[in-house]
Amino acid sequence: MKLIRLAAILVLPAFLAIGCGSTPEEEAEAQPEPVVEQPADTGAEPDVTPVEPPAATQLHPLDDPDSMVFTKTIYFDFDKYDIKGEFRDVLNAHAEYLASNPSAQMTIEGHCDERGTREYNIGLGERRANAIQQILTLQGASARQITTISYGEERPVELGHDESAWGKNRRGEIVYTSR
Amino acid sequence: MMIKRMNLGMVLLCLMVFTLNVDAALQIEITEGVEGAFPIAVVPFGWEGPGLKPKLIVSSVISSDLGRSGRFKPFAEKNLVARPTDNTQVKFPNWRISGADYLVVGKMRAAGPKGYVVQFQLFDVYKATQLAGYSIPANDGDLRYVAHQISDIIYETLTGEPGAFNTRIAYVTLVRKANKKPKYSLYVADADGYNSQVVLQSSRELLSPSWSPDGRYLAYVSFEKGKRGRAAVFIQEVATGKRQMIADYPGHNGAPSWSPDGSKLALVISRLKARDRSNYDIYVYDLKNKKLRRLTKHWGIDTYPVWMPDGQSIVFTSDRSGRPQIYRISTRGDRPKRLTFAGRENDRPVISPDGRNIAMVHSNGGGYRIGILELETRQFQVLTDGTLDESPSFAPNGSMIIYATTYNNRQVLAAVSTDGRVKQRIPFEEGSVREPAWSPFVKK
Repeated sequence: MKLIRLAAILVLPAFLAIGCGSTPEEEAEAQPEPVVEQPADTGAEPDVTPVEPPAATQLHPLDDPDSMVFTKTIYFDFDKYDIKGEFRDVLNAHAEYLASNPSAQMTIEGHCDERGTREYNIGLGERRANAIQQILTLQGASARQITTISYGEERPVELGHDESAWGKNRRGEIVYTSR
Repeated sequence: MMIKRMNLGMVLLCLMVFTLNVDAALQIEITEGVEGAFPIAVVPFGWEGPGLKPKLIVSSVISSDLGRSGRFKPFAEKNLVARPTDNTQVKFPNWRISGADYLVVGKMRAAGPKGYVVQFQLFDVYKATQLAGYSIPANDGDLRYVAHQISDIIYETLTGEPGAFNTRIAYVTLVRKANKKPKYSLYVADADGYNSQVVLQSSRELLSPSWSPDGRYLAYVSFEKGKRGRAAVFIQEVATGKRQMIADYPGHNGAPSWSPDGSKLALVISRLKARDRSNYDIYVYDLKNKKLRRLTKHWGIDTYPVWMPDGQSIVFTSDRSGRPQIYRISTRGDRPKRLTFAGRENDRPVISPDGRNIAMVHSNGGGYRIGILELETRQFQVLTDGTLDESPSFAPNGSMIIYATTYNNRQVLAAVSTDGRVKQRIPFEEGSVREPAWSPFVKK
């Protein structure tokens, strides 16, 4: 799939874009010496049309690492459930996605680190999930598109007993159950 | 009252680590014993036949029980100076010389095709008097329980307090293996770790086991509902495995706790209807008329309700003041009263059987430890020294608290006496163990 795109990139800019800045990706891919047919010396302009990449090669925004909504984990400080500023843009993007895709459904999971008691942590995890939900609905998502659930400290992603593990476990996870 | 006999030659028991019950799934290691624990000699019981003697060594079970309480120091078998089986064979001066304060002897005979009669006698070595003696019938399958019964009698005779050796514990284990679903198991075992049986096994989370007052049922939380796992409260009859779902409301259903008369369950529900705003509050469910009554209504997280022994009030955790603290509310539902003020947070209360103390998880900003609050004097004491101690549970005689802790990066159980002097560690054979619940006295 990428090859077609690659050819389009190489055939055109090889003639037109010498000296232009190119993205590292294009540079890297251009490393092997491109074999370019020299135009026959007829004086006529070569008839070159860029080939549109087929739709299948485009990633869905939820799966595209370049897209804001690719990020689906929000981290929290110890004992806190307020949303940190660094996650606002991501949440706004999710809100926009939900607003533009009325059939999309999401579950927000709340999680805690292992400190504190299990049942209390289920409550705290739910506060985190609810805080995320609140931002999303304020920014345009419908409450009907979102359900929340808490797993407290029961589903850690890191099993260590130090802050580096705890920090990764204090999170809200956005799970799209329908796109 | 405790019979005081301080032997001046007594060895101070600071750190005594030995492993009992090699065949048990839970290995109980005493890490600290009471200084001045009574030296007691428990002599292997004689066998009078007819027929083969039973496999179970009753005297070993009694020795282990008494040693595990931390208040006795049983003789090793090789240090027994003689093997009497009743008072006619006892030569007290020899026992005095060997350093025993107390002596237990006994014998067994067959009675009927599958039965025995077990006789034992307890002596005060210095006074050369008998303190207790009983003859107890037993079936083959009941021998362990008769041994525990004898330990109870000895313990009560010598300390003035009822023993809790014929009790059980429930606990949850978790085994994680790479590329496999996690395996949660809810177990019930004898208090000495023997006879463990799986009550429930699941690939989803199991939490908060709670015994019914008659010891026949366990209530617990299981995340088995739905595709990704949602929590519901169940009760299950331990002997038969029959289970009943009690609460499956759209939000969280958790922290079940049986009322002292067994007729109700206090529990936590966060959302009665799917579109409700979530709010963790205490409810009381009547098992007879199946009616649910709301007890607290506050935006704070209210959880871990437990009943006072008179059934008139419920003690629970709430963070309505900012951080988790312990509160008390009458079952009629008046305004809750805050009970804890020590440290930064207090959570997960449990009430001592006499209703006079509350054990809890306590933090002062650092680690989490088990603390105990005496209600009348308001005196608070920290009992443990782990970094992540949690889920305390009282023995039904109020003498010990079993709890979950982390040791060498493993989640294990531990126990501490309510005065903090005796300490035990109880690792599970595989994986981690947590959420212990000590059964009530079991009436057979």
